[in-house]
Amino acid sequence: MASQRVFQLGLRRAVAPGFRVQPVGRMLQRRLAATSGGNEQSASEILAKQRLLRPVSPHLTIYKPQITWYGSGLNRITAVILSGGLYIFGIAYLAAPTLGWHLESPSMIAAVAAWPVWAKVSAKIAVGMPFFYHCLNGLRHLSWDVGVGFNNMTVQRTGWAAVAASAALTLYYAFST
Amino acid sequence: MATTRVLARLAATRTAAVRPAVFSRGFASVTDTSARDPISKAAEKIVPDPARTVVPESKTSTVKEPEPSKDAKIKTFHIYRWNPDEPTAKPRMQSYTLDLNKTGPMMLDALIRIKNEIDPTLTFRRSCREGICGSCAMNIDGVNTLACLCRIPTETTKESRIYPLPHMYIVKDLVPDMTNFYKQYRSVKPYLQRTTPSPDGREYRQSKEERKKLDGLYECILCACCSTSCPSYWWNQEEYLGPAVLLQSYRWIADSRDEKKAERQDALNNSMSLYRCHTILNCSRTCPKGLNPALAIAEIKKSMAFT
Repeated sequence: MASQRVFQLGLRRAVAPGFRVQPVGRMLQRRLAATSGGNEQSASEILAKQRLLRPVSPHLTIYKPQITWYGSGLNRITAVILSGGLYIFGIAYLAAPTLGWHLESPSMIAAVAAWPVWAKVSAKIAVGMPFFYHCLNGLRHLSWDVGVGFNNMTVQRTGWAAVAASAALTLYYAFST
Repeated sequence: MATTRVLARLAATRTAAVRPAVFSRGFASVTDTSARDPISKAAEKIVPDPARTVVPESKTSTVKEPEPSKDAKIKTFHIYRWNPDEPTAKPRMQSYTLDLNKTGPMMLDALIRIKNEIDPTLTFRRSCREGICGSCAMNIDGVNTLACLCRIPTETTKESRIYPLPHMYIVKDLVPDMTNFYKQYRSVKPYLQRTTPSPDGREYRQSKEERKKLDGLYECILCACCSTSCPSYWWNQEEYLGPAVLLQSYRWIADSRDEKKAERQDALNNSMSLYRCHTILNCSRTCPKGLNPALAIAEIKKSMAFT
């Protein structure tokens, strides 16, 4: 078989001499890497094992900070602060008579009036910022719910406008007496 | 048959003298011999590290431009690498420096040049190099985009970072596993569903206004840039369909020829498939084709609320 083939090759070369002589070894298949046979079952087991180990690509830490998703995250955080604050105060107000706390408006006004100015201002900022940002950003969400304001430029402008307006309102009410 | 084998081998070994190993075309060479072990064996050896934090570029080597010229504009690229042949190894940020004068203008040109001239083991998907196939979607400098449509910033002081699409399982290096994404696409039945024949037995006709509704929807190339930019999709990938698939769903809901609008809407009417969209709007911001998936999702929500 092989001798026949070598003979044929020689004939071919004699008839049509190429640019360079191709050695016979090139025509034969050589396997240098050793492989071991496996059935479909073991192949899928290997695949399943491999899949268990593959990593998840990085996400939060590498995505560029943009007003879109930072604004959305801030909206959610402020929502938690506002609703959490409401729940805590509401429950405390209900529990106040039994626990002997004084959470009625007059006593609270009196308590806050005794605070130093810096404490009053920072307390107002801590309450006002979440409130104003969540309210103003809520307006954007209402407009999106009716399908308005989805243009990329509009989204960025309104996003920064909500941040700026809430900052301005917070500062105004924090420092007004 | 055995004799022929021997003869063939004789013929093969004879050529070794004629043809030095240097000039012969080699098989893929692997210097690390343990990499030839079957994957299961390698995986059994070490317990996987649950954290899987990426090794930062400061702790990996830098592969330099092969022969920099005098007025070279050297820019550094940090590229996410992970090799499934070493499954328990941490992913790492490999640095490469390239002369921008010898590199094409786009990020894909840089990647192809790295693969061709510096490091052939770098793996990524690419095909059309003109933004119509969606293969080369990746996270470049923090934003999902197509590498072939993203220019390399020319200021050489800023270093570029290239990651695969965020929060996806990694097959190798920059290649994410898109199986789940395609399954989700399949689940919205992205084809015309119609039982009644057209009145004159010819094609299903649309008015110009009806056709206009499909503009901005049919151009989607399913590169998954938008879906993988969405934090909602990051956390609920199994159940939330994601912006790209919902845009495709709306493409068929909005189609005047389709007769299964109600069924399509009904399939989305649960807490997860559609309503995990919290209008974060990363999707529209990042779409390399300039489409607006967020608007499409809002239109679906509207159409479901007002019917």
